[in-house]
Amino acid sequence: MKVSTGTADMKYVSAIKAFDVSGGLCMSEYFLSLKGICKRFPGVNALTDVSLDIKNGEIHALCGENGAGKSTFIKILTGVYQSNDGEMLCEGKIVRFNNTKESFSLGITAIYQELSILPNLTVTENIFLGRELRIPGFGLLDYRRMNHLAKTALLELGIDIDVTKTASEYTMGYQQMIEIARALIANVKLIIMDEPTSSLSGREVDILLKNIHKLKEKGIAVIYISHRLEEVLAIADRITVIRDGCKIGTMERSEADEEKIIHLMVGRTLEEKFPRHQAQKGDIALRVRNLNQRGRLKDISFDLHKGEVIGFAGLVGAGRTELARAIFGADKIDGGIIEIFGKEVKINSPKDAIHHGMAFLTEDRKGQGLILMHDIIVNSTLTGLKKFCKFGYFIDQKMVVAEVDEMMRELQIHPAIPKMTTRLLSGGNQQKVVIAKWLCSKAKIFIFDEPTRGIDVGAKVEVYNLINRLVNEGAAVIVISSELPEVMGISDRILVMNSGKITGEFSCLEVTPEEILKAATGGINHECKHA
Amino acid sequence: MNASTPEVQGHGGTQKTQFRQLIKKMGSLIGLIGLSLILTFASPYFLTMDNIMNVARQSAINSLIAIGMLLAILTAGIDLSVGSILALSTVMMGIVVVKMGMSPIIGVAVCLGIGILLGWVNGMMLTKMSLPHPFISTLGTMNVARGLALIVTAASPISNFPASIQFLGAAFIGPIPVSFILVLVVYAAFHIFLNYTTVGRYIYAVGGNPEATRLSGISIDKVLIIVYTISGLMAALGGLVLVGRVNSAYPLAGLGYEFDAIAACIIGGASFMGGEGTVWGTLIGSMIMAVLRNGLNLLSVSAEMQTVAIGIVIILAVYIDVLRHKAAARFKA
Ligand SMILES: Nc1ncnc2c1ncn2[C@@H]1O[C@H](COP(=O)(O)OP(=O)(O)OP(=O)(O)O)[C@@H](O)[C@H]1O
Ligand SMILES: [Mg+2]
Repeated sequence: MKVSTGTADMKYVSAIKAFDVSGGLCMSEYFLSLKGICKRFPGVNALTDVSLDIKNGEIHALCGENGAGKSTFIKILTGVYQSNDGEMLCEGKIVRFNNTKESFSLGITAIYQELSILPNLTVTENIFLGRELRIPGFGLLDYRRMNHLAKTALLELGIDIDVTKTASEYTMGYQQMIEIARALIANVKLIIMDEPTSSLSGREVDILLKNIHKLKEKGIAVIYISHRLEEVLAIADRITVIRDGCKIGTMERSEADEEKIIHLMVGRTLEEKFPRHQAQKGDIALRVRNLNQRGRLKDISFDLHKGEVIGFAGLVGAGRTELARAIFGADKIDGGIIEIFGKEVKINSPKDAIHHGMAFLTEDRKGQGLILMHDIIVNSTLTGLKKFCKFGYFIDQKMVVAEVDEMMRELQIHPAIPKMTTRLLSGGNQQKVVIAKWLCSKAKIFIFDEPTRGIDVGAKVEVYNLINRLVNEGAAVIVISSELPEVMGISDRILVMNSGKITGEFSCLEVTPEEILKAATGGINHECKHA
Repeated sequence: MNASTPEVQGHGGTQKTQFRQLIKKMGSLIGLIGLSLILTFASPYFLTMDNIMNVARQSAINSLIAIGMLLAILTAGIDLSVGSILALSTVMMGIVVVKMGMSPIIGVAVCLGIGILLGWVNGMMLTKMSLPHPFISTLGTMNVARGLALIVTAASPISNFPASIQFLGAAFIGPIPVSFILVLVVYAAFHIFLNYTTVGRYIYAVGGNPEATRLSGISIDKVLIIVYTISGLMAALGGLVLVGRVNSAYPLAGLGYEFDAIAACIIGGASFMGGEGTVWGTLIGSMIMAVLRNGLNLLSVSAEMQTVAIGIVIILAVYIDVLRHKAAARFKA
């Protein structure tokens, strides 16, 4: 890192002053200024001439479609990547970060969707990792003081947990707070959050948003990236929209509304947020009776018809993913009957489930959906590989490439480079590759677990259209989603789960969010048919 | 569609970085060429036809074992038992052919059959008995097979094999050793197997992300059993070549061969994390090992110093693997 000091850099300082005068802005107002940032990857211009100022203590939201360059931008801020062009000023001085350590020492840190908590260390050890306090004169670790400080920092965030327990004992939401506490202890001035809420429950989101406000009161600036515009509108002071690596504009919260942001993001207005399918309800495709799994699922029974979308609502941890995994054979069940198209089947492994025409899109696309080190072709053809085989075993390369090309066009995967390692794709495009994998397998019953997590508003509609197309072609679909508007917008029927049981069944036409929430939080059973 | 093609990656698309990527891709080949150049200058004998064919012959056994090892490494596993499998399968062949006087065909079948059987056992222990890591299952087999080899031979070597069995290890076609031709044929077959068959692709997938692979409807157990069975088979095939070369089967044969095989894979660019590595890279890795040994011999470096040199090369190669992964980790979201 070069923090410019001394005479050699006087010309920079005067340049800044000149800029100040022309812009009429007071220098000290900005913690960070970026000018003309460009970042090129082979084949992609991830960022083109992006300039942005971050004020001290402001909450600045970044919005943009999948692959717009948001994550790349913050990786340049933190020194994970280096820009090809442009410059960065931190508190008025020109800086260039070669790694995250250097940005951290100037008070910039990022909290990613994949947390960097070490699950086997205690909360305190995580918070002080790399900056442990020692007992003066001895060199031994001063756990008493560290525990105390860790506890205080967490209490400030409204979290009262045992800091001597290992981090793995706490939920994602708490772990995120531990990371924030870590930043607080280090006295950072800017915290960047890249899609921090995508795996949090509703209550955890509320706590996070409240704490972001507290950070602001302490004078800490926050850059907030999220595809959930309602969150953005709830907390941001200013909003910057990026499209195709270019900055479209920055606006004050007071000038912004959802429609305007979407329009700037995608360059057009979205006609329908939740398009509906046209299919008629047909025969029963999947019948589940009295499914049990010790400690997780209790007496689950429901029917899923051809041409129907069932939405599973509930709080995080209600057992919806467990149910999907049980039906799909990913976890063992302790009892119950599963019938597919009227025939009872034994499903002992995902292989059996796929054999019976099922598909399961997991919520955790990086851990369970993709092989990150492999390319788009490999990933999207993994389940359907057999169908490309000649003589039983040999893969017909041409056929594979043709089909992948077709799917990439259909799903608008960007960049359209089939040999691109999936690790390098933006979050939303990774999700599309997972969807491609299952389209390729020719399934009849689809289970989508949080299918639009980390996906931008425009692409969400594409995913809904895709689900509708499947349904129109006679497929049966289960959608698990923690976003209430989504469940209500795309399903024909809604089943609500709570602590491993189905606690409510509603038709989408006559249900209110309140009724669903009530069932989800342990209210009364509502016309529960199979109970 | 090749999982091991270098990723399209960051750090800008300048000429310099493209050059760097090329070096990374061809890294081991450049290493081999560089090493050969140095040795050409250091020893006038190095670049003679005789010596080159000598290297080709010396590398054959390790190459055969390493390609089986590559499969295990691709699945993020390891096979420590290859040296012992080589010993047990060859001494059993010796007993059947030399001591019991049965036909060489039966002998070869016994040799390869034992390799397959022990490899299959390795796979079964790993999957069906859910042993936590192949390090454990194959460490067990390594000791059991070595012990059995010593017991059945009463710790003494068996010699005087019929010429037909020696063919693979000792014969030449023109100036070219048959064993090296065998290696080329085997490697071509493995290239096709790994890149153009479903099971081959699944091997890469299992190493890349086992959970995602399982949820994609692939039986990981089946893939792993196939992998270790093939590794056992390749160890026995390596044994067959060894017997041909030295006209003897002995219970302490193949001691430490597992490490040469692992080194060849890693030098050739395979990653211990699984999911990455190529057939041709492994061949080059194995050639580097052989050229290095040969060169040190030509320069009359003492056996002790040779061991030191090989050790350093292994560490360097793994260090390169580490550096590659550090670079890769930087691109994670
Ligand atoms: N290391 C890399 N090598 C090559 N291309 C890359 C690399 N990292 C990102 N990209 C590409 O740069 C573009 C911007 O990606 P980025 O991850 O910044 O998008 P994003 O706005 O964060 O999207 P999302 O909302 O989906 O997370 C994408 O086209 C992506 O594929
Ligand atoms: Mg992103």
